[in-house]
Amino acid sequence: MTAPDLVVIGAGALGAATAYYATRSGLSVEVLERGAIVSGTTSACEGNLLVSDKEAGPELDLSLYSNQLWNGELAEHGDLWEFEAKGGLVVASSPAGATGLTELATRQRAAGIVVEDVPVDRVPEYEPHLTRDISGAAFYPQDCQVQPMLMAAHLLRMAREAGAVVRTGVTVTGFLRDGDRVTGVRTDQGDVPAGHVVNAAGTWAGQIAELAGVEVPVLPRRGFILITEPLPKTVFHKVYAGEYVASTQSSDESLQTSTVIEGSASGTILIGSSRERVGFDRTVSLPALREIAGKALRLYPSLAGVNVMRSYFGFRPYCPDHLPVIGLDPRAPGLAHAAGHEGAGIGLSVGSAKLLIQQITGAEPELDLAPFAPERFALREAA
Amino acid sequence: MSETYDVAVVGAGPAGLAAAVTAAEQGLRVVLVDAGRQPGGQFWRHPDESVPSTDESRGQHQWRRFTGLRDRLRALESRGSVTRIAGHQVWFLEPVAGAGAYALHLTPTVASEKTPGVPALVTAVRLVLCPGGYDRQLPIPGWDLPGVMAAGGVQALLKGHRSLAGKRAVVAGTGPFLFPVAAGLAEAGAKVVAVCEAGSPAGWARTPGGAVAVPSKALEAFEYAAVFARHRIPLRTRTVITRISGADRVESVRLGRLDSGGRLTGLARADLEVDLVATGWGFTPSMELVTALGAATRVDVDQSLVAVVDAWQRTDVDRVWVAGEATGVGGALLAVAEGELAGFAVGRDAGRPVPDGGTRRLQRVIRRGRAFARAMHRAHPIPAGWRDWLEPETTLCRCEEVTVGEVCAARDTLGATDARTVKLLARPGMGWCQGRVCGFAAAALAVPPGRDLTAADLAPMSRRTLAAPISLADLAGDDHG
Repeated sequence: MTAPDLVVIGAGALGAATAYYATRSGLSVEVLERGAIVSGTTSACEGNLLVSDKEAGPELDLSLYSNQLWNGELAEHGDLWEFEAKGGLVVASSPAGATGLTELATRQRAAGIVVEDVPVDRVPEYEPHLTRDISGAAFYPQDCQVQPMLMAAHLLRMAREAGAVVRTGVTVTGFLRDGDRVTGVRTDQGDVPAGHVVNAAGTWAGQIAELAGVEVPVLPRRGFILITEPLPKTVFHKVYAGEYVASTQSSDESLQTSTVIEGSASGTILIGSSRERVGFDRTVSLPALREIAGKALRLYPSLAGVNVMRSYFGFRPYCPDHLPVIGLDPRAPGLAHAAGHEGAGIGLSVGSAKLLIQQITGAEPELDLAPFAPERFALREAA
Repeated sequence: MSETYDVAVVGAGPAGLAAAVTAAEQGLRVVLVDAGRQPGGQFWRHPDESVPSTDESRGQHQWRRFTGLRDRLRALESRGSVTRIAGHQVWFLEPVAGAGAYALHLTPTVASEKTPGVPALVTAVRLVLCPGGYDRQLPIPGWDLPGVMAAGGVQALLKGHRSLAGKRAVVAGTGPFLFPVAAGLAEAGAKVVAVCEAGSPAGWARTPGGAVAVPSKALEAFEYAAVFARHRIPLRTRTVITRISGADRVESVRLGRLDSGGRLTGLARADLEVDLVATGWGFTPSMELVTALGAATRVDVDQSLVAVVDAWQRTDVDRVWVAGEATGVGGALLAVAEGELAGFAVGRDAGRPVPDGGTRRLQRVIRRGRAFARAMHRAHPIPAGWRDWLEPETTLCRCEEVTVGEVCAARDTLGATDARTVKLLARPGMGWCQGRVCGFAAAALAVPPGRDLTAADLAPMSRRTLAAPISLADLAGDDHG
């Protein structure tokens, strides 16, 4: 067997999207996953494709670029992964919050986001069951949703149908080198030489980078989500509290919660969110669940009697500057990364993957990848 | 916060009752939490005790065992040695950091039945988990029609409410539990047109001494034989229902014959007309609380996920014991013995003198009971061919309306290689019952053909971060008051 052009480490959203775009560019691909497909953070998140929660800057640019892909070349597959352009409603609970929301909207409009101001008395037209006790609201029609596991599994399927090989239960243990150059991976089931290796190991990408002798500071940030019993449609859009944006950008280590609430295709309501830096601690935290429930009830008091059936948690892969790591790594030629997207990896997966494949194949990426450069942390330290 | 009990016993069925009274009689302060309003569990489910009755024992087995335990419990309750919290479930169980105790967060079993004065949280130094189980189901084409019930559900209606679920019944599946259900239906006035046992009585011959080793079981079998003869109930072995038909509800079933390997060899010429189908394929232990604590589990002879316990019912988690079906499905008498032993074990842990002879006798009873249970499981396996009469459009998960075909597509087309991934992609077990009904079948369909089910396959179907549903308001509420 000849060596594939590309070995992708990880079969989550980023690995799947990378394999998909690689096969679309005619590359031969082998995906190596140590667990089962979509078994990491991809299976423990909400499937947000949000533009509304981002300040103007490189992440928003990447988000808008991905948004075009979801609504453009990938739209024909939307039904496979329950794509829904449902829009997001952001609400402020205090006058100060409302002012902050208006200012954020102004900056976002300048960056190309569509934001509709919603007068408080018109909020019931969007969300009839939402509390009337709010001070301001804004609607973001570009916010969308997918079912993340189905999305990643179908991208992998299409990659396989285009010739990619997906191997599960294979653990990468090291890298093949020719001098500095990365020429493949070592695994617990033998060596796999490759033209390029893409590290798409999500929250565990830092550990993979370490095997190659380079530092990529991806760390886990734990989050819980509550799932209710199925209900007749009660929540019509993605609804979230204004402080969510600040919360995603915070670097605080302790428990933070901010409400994100939405209905799913199966009738359940998904309620988030929490953020904690507790490493890979897999203990279910009752204080986190309680705080999420309490804050959700402030927005939707009528859900008080609704049963929560289960909860789940995942580990967001975050970097200190809250930007993902995308691109070829000059410190280890032949190695590239596509990881560290924190809570936005589902939405940003396709844009990240398409741009990375453009870079690997020597084309000019349609969006500048410099802000996401893997070596940026080391350079900053040196400076 | 209120007092920390010496021991919390969860479940007031045969095992939990025995554990609670045994521990309390040694002077331990016991809290007994049970989902039911009355003690007895599923096995000793009985009509409302507050309504005077002259035939409380009708349809029951080992009833004097129960009333003996209940009398002791009542005496202990009146002395304040046992605090019984009935009608409540543990929705969340966790160790209290640094306190050497466990916190049990409680919610009413029926949301509308909130009892004033019942705390939302109790704490205890030791835990005895006796969660019991429920009957295991396998999908059959048409099993989602009204009139198809779990054998246990039919039995619960008979025992708890003296209520008959149909007039012409067929009872099908595998295991000795089919007999009391069929007998109960017939005694209550239903026509039982057939009992279809997928296994073969010859299975018992392979384990000489099996039934004989537990004399009361042999007696029960004679009792059923008499009832079957009196009501002319035909027992058809190596027979399964391969299809259930009806317009709006059950009207008929098609029967199939199995060979000795459990494979379908042919179909009956005529369908049976029935209005009630009761099915059961052994039992699935309730493992939410056991897995929530991270206790070691294994796959038992009957392919159920069960807790690993030592000769004193102790798990590998500090101060946690398990008794009854959750250590291996084996029936009420074994559960009572295990509960009693666990009661002595927590006493011993608390420094109480333990009667040597008594516990050695219990350990002998348990060893014998386990051997009997293993023989029973081997004689009543899930037939190897159970997937063969499924169709792609057969419903697998009734809560989420997931078909067999969708589950197979997740495995064959989308690349799922285990039960967890199948669940994530096709949603079986994601609905209201959280996989309690379809979990076993979904896990079995998820694994690639030819591979045996492992604990890792079954665990995702029985692990539930919330052991019972809880309202958002109760979840949000502060229960430490």
